[in-house]
Amino acid sequence: MNNFTYLQATAAKDATAAVAGTKEAAFIAGGTTLLDLMKLDVENHSQLVDINMLAFKGVEQTADGLRIGALERMSDVGENPLVLQNYPVISQSLLLAASPQLRNMASIGGNILQRTRCGYFRDTAFPCNKRQPGSGCPAQDGENRGLAILGGSKSCIATYPGDLAVALVALDAVLLLENSKGKQRRVPLVDFHVVPGSTPQRETVIEPGELIVSVTVPAAAHARKSMYLKVRDRASYAFALASAAVGLDVQGGQIRSARVALGGVGTKPWRSLAAEKVLTGAPATEATFRAAAAAAVRDAQPHEQNRFKVELAQNTLVRALTELSAA
Amino acid sequence: MENEPAFFETSPTPSSVGQPMNRVDGRDKVMGRAKYSAEYPLPGLTYGVLKTSDIAKGKIQNIDTSAAAKAPGVLAIYTHLNLPKLAKTPNDADGKKAIGAPMGFLPLTSDVIYYAGQPVALVVADTFERATQAATLVRVTYAAEQPIAAYTDPKAQLFNPEKIQDGKADGYTRRGDARAALASSPIKMTAVYTHAINHHNPMEPGSTTAIWEAPDRLTVYESTQGVTRTQKSLAAMLGLPQDQVRVVTKFLGGGFGCKGSCWPHTVLTAQAAKGVGRPVKLVLSRKQQFTSMGHREDQTQTLTLGATNEGKLTALIHEKTSTTSPWDNYAESNSKIINLLYECPTFESHYQLARGNVMTSTFTRAPGEAPGSFAIECSMDDLAYQLGIDPIEIRLRNYAEKDPSTGQAWSSKSLRQCYARGAELFGWSKRNPKAGVTKDGRTLVGWGMATASYPVHSSQGTARVRLFADGHAVVQAGATDLGTGTYTVMTQVAADSLGLPPEKVRFELGDTRLPTAPNSGGSVAAGTVSSSVYMAAQDVWQKLTKMATQDPKSPLFKAKPEDVTMEKGRLQLKKDPSKGEDFMALMKRGGLDDIEGSGQGKYGAGYEAGQSANAASDAHKDEAGQHSMHSFGAHFCEVHVDPDLGTVRVTRWVSVHGAGRILNAKTARSQIIGGSIFGIGAALMEATVRDPHYARYVNSDLGDYHIPVNADIPDMTVEFIDEHDPYINAMGVKGIGEISMVGVSAAVANAVFHATGKRVRDLPITPDKILGTKAV
Repeated sequence: MNNFTYLQATAAKDATAAVAGTKEAAFIAGGTTLLDLMKLDVENHSQLVDINMLAFKGVEQTADGLRIGALERMSDVGENPLVLQNYPVISQSLLLAASPQLRNMASIGGNILQRTRCGYFRDTAFPCNKRQPGSGCPAQDGENRGLAILGGSKSCIATYPGDLAVALVALDAVLLLENSKGKQRRVPLVDFHVVPGSTPQRETVIEPGELIVSVTVPAAAHARKSMYLKVRDRASYAFALASAAVGLDVQGGQIRSARVALGGVGTKPWRSLAAEKVLTGAPATEATFRAAAAAAVRDAQPHEQNRFKVELAQNTLVRALTELSAA
Repeated sequence: MENEPAFFETSPTPSSVGQPMNRVDGRDKVMGRAKYSAEYPLPGLTYGVLKTSDIAKGKIQNIDTSAAAKAPGVLAIYTHLNLPKLAKTPNDADGKKAIGAPMGFLPLTSDVIYYAGQPVALVVADTFERATQAATLVRVTYAAEQPIAAYTDPKAQLFNPEKIQDGKADGYTRRGDARAALASSPIKMTAVYTHAINHHNPMEPGSTTAIWEAPDRLTVYESTQGVTRTQKSLAAMLGLPQDQVRVVTKFLGGGFGCKGSCWPHTVLTAQAAKGVGRPVKLVLSRKQQFTSMGHREDQTQTLTLGATNEGKLTALIHEKTSTTSPWDNYAESNSKIINLLYECPTFESHYQLARGNVMTSTFTRAPGEAPGSFAIECSMDDLAYQLGIDPIEIRLRNYAEKDPSTGQAWSSKSLRQCYARGAELFGWSKRNPKAGVTKDGRTLVGWGMATASYPVHSSQGTARVRLFADGHAVVQAGATDLGTGTYTVMTQVAADSLGLPPEKVRFELGDTRLPTAPNSGGSVAAGTVSSSVYMAAQDVWQKLTKMATQDPKSPLFKAKPEDVTMEKGRLQLKKDPSKGEDFMALMKRGGLDDIEGSGQGKYGAGYEAGQSANAASDAHKDEAGQHSMHSFGAHFCEVHVDPDLGTVRVTRWVSVHGAGRILNAKTARSQIIGGSIFGIGAALMEATVRDPHYARYVNSDLGDYHIPVNADIPDMTVEFIDEHDPYINAMGVKGIGEISMVGVSAAVANAVFHATGKRVRDLPITPDKILGTKAV
C-alpha cells in the first residue's frame, strides 16, 4: 500500500474537481472495495477524496419510480420498506450480498462500481490485462471456475461480482452522473458497464472525475413481482457462482412482461433480452422458462473449469422464474 | 493418599471437573483485556513487514532497496545479502534436526526462489504503515524458471519416499499379504479420492514480537502452540543457550497445527530486532499466512479393499500421492487410521511424492486421520451399499476388538456405544436403505455416518502448584491455550486436586519460565497438562500429610500417611473423617505462607500407576505400554441437496465420542462442534487453489477461501460416552482437539451419496460436482 493524501469534500464540484485534476486520485465512499484493492497494491492512488459528506442521499418514490441516492448504504436500501414492497429484487440482491458489516459501510454507487474478484486481477504478481494491459490473462487456461461464461474475450473473462447491479439492470435502472464541470448526464445501467473486448481495463463508461449521483428505477408490475436468486459455495458471504434477477407480470397464465438478468456468469451485469423475448407473451410454464434459460446462455463461451455454469445459470434462472410465478 | 483421584468416580457431591464451567478467560477476551502476542506495547516498538516473492521458481537477479531505505521511518531492510549469519539454519539436515524446523529452508539465506510467497526482504520501520509502504518500494528482479505446481503436473517426478511426515512415519507399510488376500476375495473395490489444499487459517495470523533484553538474551511474544519448541528452535538458530530465550504466548487465536512449529518469520523478526536494537513486531498479513506456516497438502488416495460376501474385510491397499516441497518429504500419514480402524487381516500402504515449488506442508488438524478417514469411511459406505448392509452394521461386522496394526489391546474403546448412542440420537433406524429416494420438496435428503478415531499421542510435561495458607493457589505449566479452554479446564483440575473452589485457583500458562509442557498439538495438551497438574497437587498433599503426621499439635499426629486422605482441603483419616484438620490451619501453625509441589504427567502412566508423585513401577509401565491408546467416535449427518443448483446444506449433525474423561462439558462440546465445522468446511468448501502454471495461490484471502459461516451450520448434537481409561495418563484424559474432525468429510460425503446416489470423492463437494444429479 502506498502513501496517499486525504481530502474530505463537502460539495460535489470540489470532489469531482479534485479527482479530475489529480492524476491517480480516487473517490472514497464506503471504501470496502477501494481499501481492499489498495492494500493489495492493485490500485494505487496518491489522493483519496472522501465523498461521504455529499448530499447524494435518500430513497424515495418519484413520479415514475424509485430514486436511490448513490451514497445510501447497502443495508439501509435493502431494508427500506418502499424497496422491499415495490422492488423486492433490489432488496434481496442487497441483503444477499457481502456481510452485514460490509453492507453497513458500502455505498450504492460504490457497489455498482465493484471490481472483479478474479484471483489473477487481485494479485499483482500475476499478469492481468485488466490491471496491466497487454500482460496476458492466465485465467484462460488457469483457474477459471468462478469466471465468466458470457461476455468474455481472449483478453479477459473476469466476472462482474456484484448482485445489486444485476437486479438494477433487470429493472431498466438509469444512473445519474455528474462531472467536474457540474454537468449531469443519464446513462442506462445496461450501457454503463462494458464487456472487456481488447480493453478490459475499461469497465464502465464513467469518465475521470465523474460521480454517480443517484440511481432511478422505473415503477412496473414486473418490478413489484420480482426476485433475486443467488447460488454460491456457501450459504452466506460468498460471491455468486450464478444468480438470477427476474421480474414477471403474469396475467391469466400469460407473461405480459418479463425482466431477466444474470449474475456471477457475465463480465458485466448480464441483462438477457433474449430470455425476455422468449418469456414475453408466452405461458408461464416450465417449458417456457427452460426455453428462456436456453436463450440466456446461447452465447456462452465456457472454459475448462466453469463449464458447469452453463447448466447452473439455466437452472438458477428456471428456479427463479418458477418460484416467482408460483408466488 | 487414595489410589485414585477423589473426583474420578462419579460423585454425588458436585466437583469442578467435568462441569460445564464458563471460561475463566472469557470475560477478559470479550473485554479486549486478553493480550495476544502482537498486542504488547513495548517501549520503542518497531514494525517488520515482509516482502515476498512474485515468482515460484528462479533466482533473485537484483534487489534494489535504495528507494525503500530512503522512505520515512525506515530503520533497516534485510535481504539475503545482509541477514546476519545464524548459528544454524534448517538448510542442511543436521541444522534442521537441531532446530526442529518444519521446513528445510530458511528464506533470506540465498538468492534462490523455491516457492511463490517466499520472503525476499524484511523491512523494519517505526510504524506499521511506513514499513508496509517501504516494502512496496523494494524492487526485486527475478530470473524466473518454469515451476512445478503440483504432483498433477505432467513434468512432476514422482518418487517413493522411505519416510514421510518429516521422517516420523514410513513410506511403505505391509501387514500380511494384501495382494494375495485381495485376489481371492469375492468383493473387490477400488476408489480414488482427492483432497484440495487446505489452509488452517486461524483467526489470529502468525505473529512475533521480539525484544533483546541483553545482547545475549531474547524475549519473544509469539503466536505459537508450543513456547518450548519455539524456544528450542530459536536458541539453536541464534546460537544461544536455551534459557537465554524466553517465549511467551498468553493467548492464542487458534492454531490447528500451523503454529505447531517455529516458522521462518519468527527467527527473521528476532534477527531484525537485534539489528535495529529495538523490539520488532511482525504480523503476517492474511495473504502471507497462506505461504508462511504450511498447509494440508493436495493429495490423491487410491484405496482398494477386498471383502467377503458377508462384508468382512480381507484386504486393504492404500496409495497416496501428494505434493511436497523441494527439501522435505512431508506427507500426512493417512494410512495409519486405515490400518487400525477395522479388523482386516492384511494391509499395505505406499506413499508417492512429487517435489513442487511449494513450501513444506505441515500438520493440519487430524493430520492424516482426516483425509485418511475420508477414504476408508467412504469405501466402507460403498461396501455397505454394494452388499445391502446398513452402514453401521458393516462397521460392526468389522469391529476391531484390538488394534489390527499392532495386535495390542485397546486401553479403552467405546465405539460400539458411540454408534448406538449416535444412531439413537439421530434416529438412524428410520433411514431408508435406498440412496437417492428421500425428498423434501425439490431437495434430496440424505443421511450418512462415519467413524472417527485419533491416537493418544505419547507426551509428557510438568506442572507446579503453589498452595497458599490463605486458601488460594497458583498453578503453572508452560502449556498453550489455543482458545479451546486450557486455562479453564486446568483451573478445574487444580481446584479439585487441591480441594479448593475454582475461583481460588489461578492457572498460568504460555511462558518458557514455567514448567515445561508439551506442544499443544496432536491433542496431547489436555491429557498431559491435566495429569501434570494433578500430580503436582498430589505432591503438595504428600508434603502436607507428612507435615501433619509429624506435628504434635495436629489431630493427625503419628497417623500413617497412607491412612490420611484429603477432602475439600481438609486432611483427615480415611477411616475416621472427624479426625483431621484444614490445610490452612496446618500451614499457619507451621509458619508456612505457601507450599510448592511439582508433578509430571506422562503418557502411559495411568491413574492407577500415577497414584503417587513417584514414577509408575516398571511392571506397570510395561502393562501400559502393551496397550494401543485411541479415542473413537461416530458422526451422523443429514444433508439437503438441491440437485438443480448443486448446493449441499448440512441440516442435522450428531457426534458421539468416547474420549476418556471429559474435563469440561461445555468447552468439550464447543471443541467437538468446532472440529466438526472444520471438517464440514473441508467437506463442502475449503480449497486453496494453486495456479497450475505459476504455482501461486489465486484465492489467498478469506473472501475467496471459503470456510463455513453460521448459515452453513445447523444446531449440532454432541455427546460423550462416559469412559474410564486407566492406562493413558493420570487423569484418564484422551484429548479431543482432532478426533472432532476425523470422519466428518466422509459422513458428509456419505450423506450426499444417500441423498443423490452420486458418489463425490473429490473434496470439497462444491455445487459444480453435484450438478447433473437427478433423483434416481
